[in-house]
Amino acid sequence: MTTTTADPYGARDHARAMTGTRVEAMPTLPAAALDAPGETVWEETIAPAGYTSRRIARGTRLRLIDVAGDACASMLVFNAETPTERLNVADTLKVQWNGYLGAGRLLLSDMGRVMMTILEDDAGTHDAFCGASNEASNARAYGDGKNYGAHPNARDRFMLGVARHGLGRKDVHPCINWFKGVRIADDGATLPETGPFPPGRTLVLRAEMELVVVLANCPHVLDTRADFTVTSLRATAWRGEPAAEDDPVRTATPEGLRAFLNTEDLYAR
Amino acid sequence: MTTSPLPGTIRHDEIVPARAPWMHRVAAGETLRIVDLEGNQAVDFLMYAADDDSERYSAQDTIAAQRNLFLRECAVLLSNEGRPMMTITGTSVAYHDTIGGACSCESNTLRYGHHTKAQHSCVDNFLDANIRAGRGKRDMVSNINFFMNVPVEADGTLGIVDGISAPGLTVDLRAEMDVIVVVSNCPQINNPCNGFNPTPVRMQVSA
Repeated sequence: MTTTTADPYGARDHARAMTGTRVEAMPTLPAAALDAPGETVWEETIAPAGYTSRRIARGTRLRLIDVAGDACASMLVFNAETPTERLNVADTLKVQWNGYLGAGRLLLSDMGRVMMTILEDDAGTHDAFCGASNEASNARAYGDGKNYGAHPNARDRFMLGVARHGLGRKDVHPCINWFKGVRIADDGATLPETGPFPPGRTLVLRAEMELVVVLANCPHVLDTRADFTVTSLRATAWRGEPAAEDDPVRTATPEGLRAFLNTEDLYAR
Repeated sequence: MTTSPLPGTIRHDEIVPARAPWMHRVAAGETLRIVDLEGNQAVDFLMYAADDDSERYSAQDTIAAQRNLFLRECAVLLSNEGRPMMTITGTSVAYHDTIGGACSCESNTLRYGHHTKAQHSCVDNFLDANIRAGRGKRDMVSNINFFMNVPVEADGTLGIVDGISAPGLTVDLRAEMDVIVVVSNCPQINNPCNGFNPTPVRMQVSA
């Protein structure tokens, strides 16, 4: 096809000729996923070094897939209606008496509520200790870390993600890194588990509140590989209900049960 | 371990009562000494760059950079931009915690029951001090707990356990940039972090 962009008609034709292009990292609109067990509301593949942010409704299931085995899904979570309420990593670990995240664990807000439940996890290597890479850490590791360069850092990706929801630099809080793990030695040393891992590892979360979720997909801050190594991350969400009264995760621990009671109290209105 | 005299001259010397907040500007080069006067008192600690409070202490950056959870002597406390804010230049306690976070009336309801909602908390102290300086809830991030002990077991189990401090033990922090330090002298009475009895601490700044 021959196009000229010397005038607006040609420029318009040239731009419109791109319609229907498919690449790996892109959203699918309207959202559709043949492998989702419910009505799909979000289907997007996040590029290596990419980011995204999205509002999801209470009850929504969010599935993350480490497509090729080297994704690092750094995540922030906000109460969509009152974003000053956000994920509190310290409370998430301390209240549940454990530093390692996996199926059955809860993500807790700084207001004592359940934000999300981890329903399924076949990865097992996650990190709630070491947080996001920053411009300085990427510059040390790869030579540069700026958003406009070849090696963006997760914290600056978060900044762009939260900005889409009217939030700013002060709202970029401590995060969780899914798919890349850190274990703790007796002396407190951090032992990274950064893969690469088998492709297709999957995590399923349930939103227990109205949420804004922000994802950045950049190499883990403790990844020692010389190359900026990260692969695509797939996010799929489908409609569902929040935890039922007899949900086994809801009643599993006294701390968790009280967190669910606090969440349910928020929506008693 | 013994505590050596503070370098230079004392510019500020204050007792922070049990359960109270404290806020102070510490200039680059000055040293802040925290004295655990009666032993096993948790001192919850946040700091902000004095010229831009959207740059603040980052527990996760500090852990990642030093590749260790425990804050020992020589630990460099980093900001969310990866810049040194303060350095632990000396401590007569083996290590300090930065994963346990602060108590809040909300987290207390999860940990101990809804009967604790009315109790005073570190988040209330942080907010009390910060709000007077124009900062709010968005400025709350994971903090340091000086004199608090949070070990992690092999299976990931962690928790606040009996302290490893004692009366008169100290931690010294040299400011690497001008910082606003905000402290909650923890009022927690439900766990071992204060020996179930909050006590005063002493803050000295020298240069």
